Amino acid sequence: MSELLKFHFDVDGTDFTSAGQASVQVKKNLRQLGIPPEIIRRVSIAMYEGEINMVIHAGGGEADVIVTETAIEIRLHDHGPGIKNIDQAMQEGFSTATDTIRTLGFGAGMGLPNMKRYSDDIEIHSELGVGTDIIMRVNLT
Amino acid sequence: MTVSELIEKAGFKAATLPEPDKEITGVYIGDLLSWVMGRANSGDVWITIMSNMNILAVASLADTACILVAEDVELSQDLLTTAKQKNINVLLTELGAYEAAVKISKLI
Repeated sequence: MSELLKFHFDVDGTDFTSAGQASVQVKKNLRQLGIPPEIIRRVSIAMYEGEINMVIHAGGGEADVIVTETAIEIRLHDHGPGIKNIDQAMQEGFSTATDTIRTLGFGAGMGLPNMKRYSDDIEIHSELGVGTDIIMRVNLT
Repeated sequence: MTVSELIEKAGFKAATLPEPDKEITGVYIGDLLSWVMGRANSGDVWITIMSNMNILAVASLADTACILVAEDVELSQDLLTTAKQKNINVLLTELGAYEAAVKISKLI
């Protein structure tokens, strides 16, 4: 599986209002590559949720999007507090977001479930006090 | 029906209209952004009472035809400036979400 293209983004953890910029940029890039709209939509949603999570919980991080002939892979990396209980975090409606975040329309506990729903494959590695790595793949074929 | 035709026929106000010819195919109502992101269809009028900057990213990623901010919720100048830059149509109405959706449903 050869790597055709790679996009790298630093996700700013201090500016909540600009969260989502990397996902919007990825969407544009994938459109230019002629990727089918439904695939782009799934990649964008999965990545946006990841980006928002990094801003809300981890003070930012890094995102890489790798396009190969068979799939689009999104790699997220942060040095946040880590996820205490991944099974619990994967449940719809479970959230540790603050009330302030909730008044902005986030914190519905749909972040990780949406990431799972819209990708074909998701791997989560998290260590408390160290950070979280997430790899999501959306198949092209 | 396009967004500009909707404005004319439904009497909604255009706060920003960088893409007047976007085609409308449906309506989605919601304020929880992750929910909207996952469930709204491209071409929907997204009716919400949220007015923070993040609604622009959600509209852009979900590819909605426009955001319709209901109940006369006030929008900041910052939001409108960014919406123009990002090519996102933002409409306003004094109606509630239900009344606005019913009105749109009769037109499209």
